[in-house]
Amino acid sequence: MISFSGVSKRYPGGQEALKSVSFAVQTGEMAFLTGPSGAGKSTLLKLIPAIERPSSGSVVVNGQNVGALKPAAIPYLRRHLGIVFQDQKLLYDRSVYDNVLLPLAFSGVAPREAARRVRAALDKVGLLGREKANPVQLSGGEQQRVAIARAVVNRPAVLVADEPTANLDQESALRIVEIFVAFHQVGVTVLIATHDQGLAARFGQRVLRLAAGRLASTEAGA
Amino acid sequence: MRTWLRHHRQAFAAALGKLAAQRASSAVSALVIGVALALPAAGYTLLESVRTLTGRMALDPQLTVFLRGNAARGDVDALAARIKSDPRVAASRFVPREQALKELASVEGLTDVVGALESNPLPDAFVLRARDPDAQAIDALAADLRREPSVEHVQADTAWARRLAAVTRLARVAVLLLAGLLGLGLVAVTFNTIRLQILTQRDEIEVSKLIGATDGFIRRPFFYLGLLQGAGGGLLALAMVWAALALLNPQIAALAASSGANFRVAFPPAGSAFAVVGVAAALGWLGAYLSVSKYLREIQPK
Repeated sequence: MISFSGVSKRYPGGQEALKSVSFAVQTGEMAFLTGPSGAGKSTLLKLIPAIERPSSGSVVVNGQNVGALKPAAIPYLRRHLGIVFQDQKLLYDRSVYDNVLLPLAFSGVAPREAARRVRAALDKVGLLGREKANPVQLSGGEQQRVAIARAVVNRPAVLVADEPTANLDQESALRIVEIFVAFHQVGVTVLIATHDQGLAARFGQRVLRLAAGRLASTEAGA
Repeated sequence: MRTWLRHHRQAFAAALGKLAAQRASSAVSALVIGVALALPAAGYTLLESVRTLTGRMALDPQLTVFLRGNAARGDVDALAARIKSDPRVAASRFVPREQALKELASVEGLTDVVGALESNPLPDAFVLRARDPDAQAIDALAADLRREPSVEHVQADTAWARRLAAVTRLARVAVLLLAGLLGLGLVAVTFNTIRLQILTQRDEIEVSKLIGATDGFIRRPFFYLGLLQGAGGGLLALAMVWAALALLNPQIAALAASSGANFRVAFPPAGSAFAVVGVAAALGWLGAYLSVSKYLREIQPK
């Protein structure tokens, strides 16, 4: 569960990215966050894994007030979240397999179990055959799927993605969102930010619309 | 516990992997550290050898007691008894003046000189060895013997021993100073190589932080890297000292033999060699610790 109440975020320098935003995404729910560039989507998503801290208001994820977490507790929060970054943040000095393995290296999963989970995650995104490839050899859509596999390999209850379909053709974009829908169908809470309103509308899920840092409208899912 | 052990094993393996992947630069870093450590290590080795040498010399602390020319037989016997009963004297030998003259005459080049003498100018003497090789104890014994009425002069060669001891002390301080400075250099070298390593792994560190790696997990491989680099440098320093000794010892032995001595510089004992590697490893760890504390904090994902 993700819950924002009265959240504002002002960056040093005075720029106010979010203004008193309140909403909740229930456990197992899937929602899209839309709005034009600069509306505050990325800032909002960064508050969830405590990459940024709110200037005021509270962000509660899985029952934890994220804004008040001590720095030492943040890694453990992030391990229970699946995060897909806008720029993917894959490591190009290692294989697809090792990229997906990375989160398991520090969460105390035994090597054999880790290998099994990496394969399962790659299987879910349809890249089992490419595990030995380097990410640079993959297409944009495939790289995005590697990022998704890495996000879900720890089996998080919450999955957050920032513009996972940016720079992808329509078909690849649909393919990516379908993967997220599949996770939602097995009970994972999913929040996806996208500037593509048409794409968001297609799946009949709730759509939260941000404009200039404020929550402009909330459309309930079908 | 098992997870903790596995994390350490992973970090150690990662550090080894980094060293292997960057063989050339790791070798150069280890070489720099090795040369820096070889200097004080060689100095220490030399000092230890000189110390055992002077120790052996001081083990034979001789005093020569010359008697007055007019000393009567009875006085000589009394002094002999006095010397024998002194607990500070380990052994004593009486050299009558006649024997001393004979010994002098047997020295090549002096035979004619001695033959030209009308009377024996040499006094009776006692040659004795002190139980305590310490220069101060020898001086005290000499002073006591000088107060005996039949004694003309006591010769105790502690001056050169004192001088040698002073020189050794000076050299020891110099080696310590050198070791301190170069140890500081080692910390600086490790600090810098770890800084470069952190910069080249910036992406990996940033991603790891973003997906939930603790600071401890991220730091650990760098600590091992510093530790291994230091230890490698220490081993290299020992190898250099060993090679230098292998080259120098035959020459040193030849030089010593030409002046009738038997001297060679011994390789430091296992304990000291181990300490060199241990200290180098610890300094490497310290350099890594300082570097990691400074630079990892600067990588904050946005």
